[in-house]
Amino acid sequence: MADTAVVEKKQGLTFGKKERKLLTDPLSENNPITVQVLGICSALAVTTGMKNALVMAIAVVFVCIFANVITSSIRKMIPKSVRMIVQLIIIATLVTVVELVLKAYAFESYKQLSVFIGLIITNCIVMGRLEAFAMANRPYESALDGLGNGIGYGIILLIVAFVREFFGKGEIFGAKILGATPDYWLNTSESSIMGWYQPNNLMVLFPSAMFVIAVIIWAHRAWKPQLVDVS
Amino acid sequence: MGELVNIFIKSAFIENLALSYFLGMCSYLAVSKTVKTAVGLGLAVIFVLAITMPINWVINVWLLGENGIFQTDLTFLRFILFIAVIASMVQLVEMVVEKYSPSLYNSLGIFLPLITVNCAILGGSLFMVSKEYNFSESVAFGIGGGFGWFLAIVAIAAIREKIKYSAVPPALRGLGMAFLLTGLMGMAFMGLMGIDPAAF
Repeated sequence: MADTAVVEKKQGLTFGKKERKLLTDPLSENNPITVQVLGICSALAVTTGMKNALVMAIAVVFVCIFANVITSSIRKMIPKSVRMIVQLIIIATLVTVVELVLKAYAFESYKQLSVFIGLIITNCIVMGRLEAFAMANRPYESALDGLGNGIGYGIILLIVAFVREFFGKGEIFGAKILGATPDYWLNTSESSIMGWYQPNNLMVLFPSAMFVIAVIIWAHRAWKPQLVDVS
Repeated sequence: MGELVNIFIKSAFIENLALSYFLGMCSYLAVSKTVKTAVGLGLAVIFVLAITMPINWVINVWLLGENGIFQTDLTFLRFILFIAVIASMVQLVEMVVEKYSPSLYNSLGIFLPLITVNCAILGGSLFMVSKEYNFSESVAFGIGGGFGWFLAIVAIAAIREKIKYSAVPPALRGLGMAFLLTGLMGMAFMGLMGIDPAAF
């Protein structure tokens, strides 16, 4: 966050309380996944490993910021009746850029993420922020809003991915930590302290993502009771 | 024909779009509070998937493919064209339904615009490309995938209607519970992986 503040100052734009709120609100009080319930679609399937989750998070941050800035800078020229299509085309173009970049520089991740890169287009976070924020605000604030929401999404993604990868496979970012073979950092079959440890294979399967997010939501709402669903 | 039934069964039950790929989760969670609205959205999804899938197949093969009209590989335009097709088809379907069947329009009406950003629609088209289906297979995949999504949303809506009467911890009420239920349903659907589609 400190980096952002420096960059903004160079452009001669203020970074005060209001701007900070734009950045920090989506991290907790207004988190896109746990509170706004946006962008779950493309998120859960990529959380089996932290590396994929990180790539996905960076891609979404990128698309969020630039879609917000572009839409915000042409917001006065977009006719209201076709705004959805205009927004979708902007997002689709940015996602195509992301796809081609990944294909060129991170082919391994590109193959593993497969269709889920394309699904950033219909990631409701991007679309939702365009509708709710960028259509009514200046490009600078929109960029901050995009950054904040992208990071808020990325954090949840990384938490879920950490739980699933560590407890499911005993790895973090592909580095072998806990396991029963000698190439793991802590060999559970020999070490007497960790001998009881068994990886939980359920974590690798898809329903576990749902459970992990449900627990995150539960904890988040127990911590901040004002978010509790009244209905 | 057997091959098509095979794809239908597979896409509806074994590789359920909502429960094993998490597609369309946003509207799945938002519109599953009552069975009635869930049925409306589910039907609209089947409808739009069955229409957009063949159109996107034609675009992908005849327009963007190497042996298409332009004789060049234009697949990098895939995302833009697919989403444009989906957005315009949804608009078109909305207009046609409004004109010829006002009663259906009234029940589907508000859900149709939502479908444009339903990942299940775009995801279906992208899966169709990555699985290299031919034309009739993509139609079967569209209908099957839509049917599976319909089943999932109606089932969760029914469960959520009942769970209202249970004493759920306050912090878990609503969204958190919906996630847990979806996870459990996902596990139940994993039991269907044992089905051999070739038996049909």
